[in-house]
Amino acid sequence: MGTNGMNNRRKFFKASAALIGGTIAMSIMKPLGLMAQTDSDDNTQEKDKLPLWGMGVDIEKCVGCGKCAEACKIENNVPKEPFYFRTWIEQYTVKNDGEVKIESPNGGIGGLKQSVPDKDIFKSFMVPKLCNHCTNAPCVQACPVGATYISPEGVVLVDDSYCIGCSYCIQACPYGARFMNPVTKVADKCTFCYHRISEGLQPACVEVCPTDARIFGDLHDKKSDLVKFLQKNPTEVLKPHLNTKSRVFYNGLSSEVR
Amino acid sequence: MEEHFQHLYQALSQVDGYIYPNEIDLHWGLMIVLYPYITGLVAGAFILASLERVFHVKVLKPTYGLALLTALAFLLVATMPLVSHLQHPFRSYEIFMTPNSTSAMAIFGFVYLWYLMAVLLLEIWFDYRRDFVIWSKTSKGFKKLFYQLITLGINDTDEKSAKLDDRLGYFITVIGIPSAFLLHGYVGFIFGSIKANPWWSTVLMPIIFLFSAMVSGVALVMLIYMVVSWIRKVDIDMKCLDTIARYLLFILIIDFTLESLDQIHRIYEAEESFDIISVLVSGKLNITLLVMQVGLGTIFPLSVLGLFQFYKPSERVRKFFYFLVGGMVLIGIFFMRWNVVIGGQLFSKSLSGFTSFKTVYSGMEGSVMAAVWLILPLFILAFLLWLMPPWKKVTYHE
Ligand code: SF4
Ligand code: SF4
Repeated sequence: MGTNGMNNRRKFFKASAALIGGTIAMSIMKPLGLMAQTDSDDNTQEKDKLPLWGMGVDIEKCVGCGKCAEACKIENNVPKEPFYFRTWIEQYTVKNDGEVKIESPNGGIGGLKQSVPDKDIFKSFMVPKLCNHCTNAPCVQACPVGATYISPEGVVLVDDSYCIGCSYCIQACPYGARFMNPVTKVADKCTFCYHRISEGLQPACVEVCPTDARIFGDLHDKKSDLVKFLQKNPTEVLKPHLNTKSRVFYNGLSSEVR
Repeated sequence: MEEHFQHLYQALSQVDGYIYPNEIDLHWGLMIVLYPYITGLVAGAFILASLERVFHVKVLKPTYGLALLTALAFLLVATMPLVSHLQHPFRSYEIFMTPNSTSAMAIFGFVYLWYLMAVLLLEIWFDYRRDFVIWSKTSKGFKKLFYQLITLGINDTDEKSAKLDDRLGYFITVIGIPSAFLLHGYVGFIFGSIKANPWWSTVLMPIIFLFSAMVSGVALVMLIYMVVSWIRKVDIDMKCLDTIARYLLFILIIDFTLESLDQIHRIYEAEESFDIISVLVSGKLNITLLVMQVGLGTIFPLSVLGLFQFYKPSERVRKFFYFLVGGMVLIGIFFMRWNVVIGGQLFSKSLSGFTSFKTVYSGMEGSVMAAVWLILPLFILAFLLWLMPPWKKVTYHE
């Protein structure tokens, strides 16, 4: 009886260990690509032909009219309440005493107005913001289920049917570029108007900008406006110390901007 | 939804300085405060039990079974607040089906499962198996059925089999200690790895979480031991209680040192985020951090427990203060979690302004629900104690 019981127990022990181990191993192997791939993944050649989308923002040209933010909300069905933005414009005012005032009422929709009297202003400028489509995207790293991913063209996207709504990506994004959509209840953000660019169109914000402050294009295409913009201007990305390798490049970025 | 918008408009009117427009909606509320709190209680209680078993601290024997069952009761509830806070709770299983291997949160799911299935349940099972067999012969009804089923047909009760249970149980406890460390260290990593947030992003976060977990778990078991003894009308083993209190003191000292180190480091390096964080600590968090966490939750218990190492008042007085200190520590650690989770979202990642947080009563994220998640484990524990009372055991590990 004794040895029999011991055998039983050993079996039970082994079986449960195998079960747990198996489940864990399977789930780890899959994302690490250790399990046999069904479809051929040797599409590197294909990849070279694909564009690598990016955006340039010329701070010197932005007048803070807010047309881009407005167009974005309409184009992408973003809730109209002032807590949800795929893109918005910040107004920076550096006063003579060195104080920096930052404002973005309703994300700049309807146009930004200066609230500081002229005589107190040292300098003032507008900074359009959006998802930076980071190459090392912290949001993609954080998403527990892989609902946030980088498309082959370098666009950071969210799979609505997959997102569990944990908000971890929102915490992980250093730029405040994401929000929890109150209607779909999934994480939402700028897609560079993926549905438009796939058809050869420009993102809505770029199309409506009256001063061409936003330049959209293919970073692989040496003749694109974007590449020319990057060649001509000294550009900088936001929060470079975080090493997110952003693909939104700013010309005329001042150190007050974060 | 309308209610949520109203809430947000109100928050908008209270913004201080500049915050990114998407930051007005605070995403992690009370439920995410509870999650590390409850997980911490589990890890702490388990580590206390393991001390007794692995390091043969015999005086702690009266609390061994109690600590294990406490850990189980809380572990069963630990993921509830997390799942209920999801916008799509019914998709939560995706974390196990298609985990993203770079995500701290995804890997936590596996750490949790491992800990629950491979450590805690097995350890309890090996500890109780022989008792289940014996109890199944003397009890009736539901209990009898439960005991019969839970033995999984392994019904031998001889010395040799008890020895084997003991050996396997010991082995699991040994694995269990690093697992419990992993469990809670990992929770710390979920926050500590977010480089976007300077209040969270510190390499010390996992270890701070771990020690604060031990502090809270030990305090909880101490309280539960006292309460259960009163309910059972049995004498509290003062030697045991004094020892737990001494451990509590030591761990509190380490915990406090680590947290102070973190703050001193921040102050000394005074990086980009320093200005906003110092305003955060002295302003928005002054009550929850300085008064609740540091004052009531740390300094007061440290002083009392420290004093008792040199001067031992009567048992009655000691019991009273142990009870008080246990309660204070539990409150203090709750606010520690609060200060991390809520505090980390009160300032903007633009480092230029603050938003505010208001607790609501009703709803999935409200304080009523939070109370439910905190009280439920106590009911589960009561049930477990009724079903498998550690004090009625006839088999003891070495
Ligand atoms: S800006 Fe934020 S949302 Fe966009 S890719 Fe970077 S981390 Fe992700
Ligand atoms: S909210 Fe959705 S996209 Fe963001 S981390 Fe969670 S599951 Fe991923």
